[in-house]
Amino acid sequence: MSVTTLLAISLGAILTNNFIFAQFLGCCPFLGVSKKIDTAVGMGLAVTFVMGLASAFCYGINIILVKLGLEYMQTVAFILVIAGLVQFVEMFLKKSIPSLYTALGVYLPLITTNCAVLGVALLNVQNSYNFIESVIYGITGGLGFLLAIFLFAAVREQLEFADNPKAFDGFPIALITAGLMALAFMGFSGLQVW
Amino acid sequence: MNVKKQFKEGLITQNPVLVQLLGMCSTMAITTSIMNGLGMGVSVLIILTLSNIFIALLRKIIPDEVRIACYIVVIAGFVTCVQLLLKAYLPALDKSLGVFIPLIVVNCIILGRAEAFANKNTVGASALDGIFQGLGYTVVLVIMCFFRELFGSGKLMGFQIMPTSYTPALLLVLPVGGFLCLGALIAVMQWALAKSAKKKEGTKQ
Repeated sequence: MSVTTLLAISLGAILTNNFIFAQFLGCCPFLGVSKKIDTAVGMGLAVTFVMGLASAFCYGINIILVKLGLEYMQTVAFILVIAGLVQFVEMFLKKSIPSLYTALGVYLPLITTNCAVLGVALLNVQNSYNFIESVIYGITGGLGFLLAIFLFAAVREQLEFADNPKAFDGFPIALITAGLMALAFMGFSGLQVW
Repeated sequence: MNVKKQFKEGLITQNPVLVQLLGMCSTMAITTSIMNGLGMGVSVLIILTLSNIFIALLRKIIPDEVRIACYIVVIAGFVTCVQLLLKAYLPALDKSLGVFIPLIVVNCIILGRAEAFANKNTVGASALDGIFQGLGYTVVLVIMCFFRELFGSGKLMGFQIMPTSYTPALLLVLPVGGFLCLGALIAVMQWALAKSAKKKEGTKQ
């Protein structure tokens, strides 16, 4: 493992294989919490943090499962670990950064059901990444999510004033916008690190 | 009578994808061929029905504070069963759906129905709700697959349908197509619902 592999993983997770625009992981909060830039950024940061932690913890859990010959319990074990982690982050934020805690509100527990978090844990195993690669993939994947949700929220704030056909009001026009952004992100494909 | 109402809600007025806007990730990600769509839809239908039945059975036992964790464990159990069955009997489908099979655990449709329906209703009603909501999801998946596969690759179920002179619109099979297709589909749904609401108002007056 060298610096270039780590760089390649990071670049892939943030741009070429962006979790939202290329892999469709984490679309629910992406579409749900992107009406305002502030909350979108807060959500992105929280998700990045949880994704990094979850990658690290699930790496350990996976080693234990493999040793016990219980690989088929992967999904169940991972989701329990993630639910526990989110609960922990919630308690931590409540105690030390109450302002962010109230800003995120109901969306904090919902990180448990963000498919990007469980997805990153499963993809780490599938790609057989080692510990450092897993954590880097988790964090940069989260950063890719942050970038996507920030850009999308910025566009969406303007969308409120747009004059579009009535049937497209609200959700459909947001999806079309996201589609155009995915098209823009396709421009990054082919980007490689040697 | 109630069955009819639930049927209509699941497929049209409360369609999980088009109206409740749940389970977007899988809807956009795997709808590139009809086989994928059917496989995913049926898997979700089975898991949703089983988890609805189970949660309705346990609704008086599960304490309110830890209910979400309990639901997730029940759902994860059923998802693991389906995943193992698919691996054993339909390995090709399992491979093409990939990580999205275990990700059914965090599919908002299943948790959403557990929270909104199964923990307040009887076992029979919950089972029906699971079947009809699952059907609604499957129908949407198949419609999206139809358009994306037909125009994106010129094939249906792997058979060439369009004349060979047709240049496939590759864009539709790429992620972009997922966003655009779903956006257009929801717009059509909003238009149709608004129209039928207007019609109802007209007949009342």
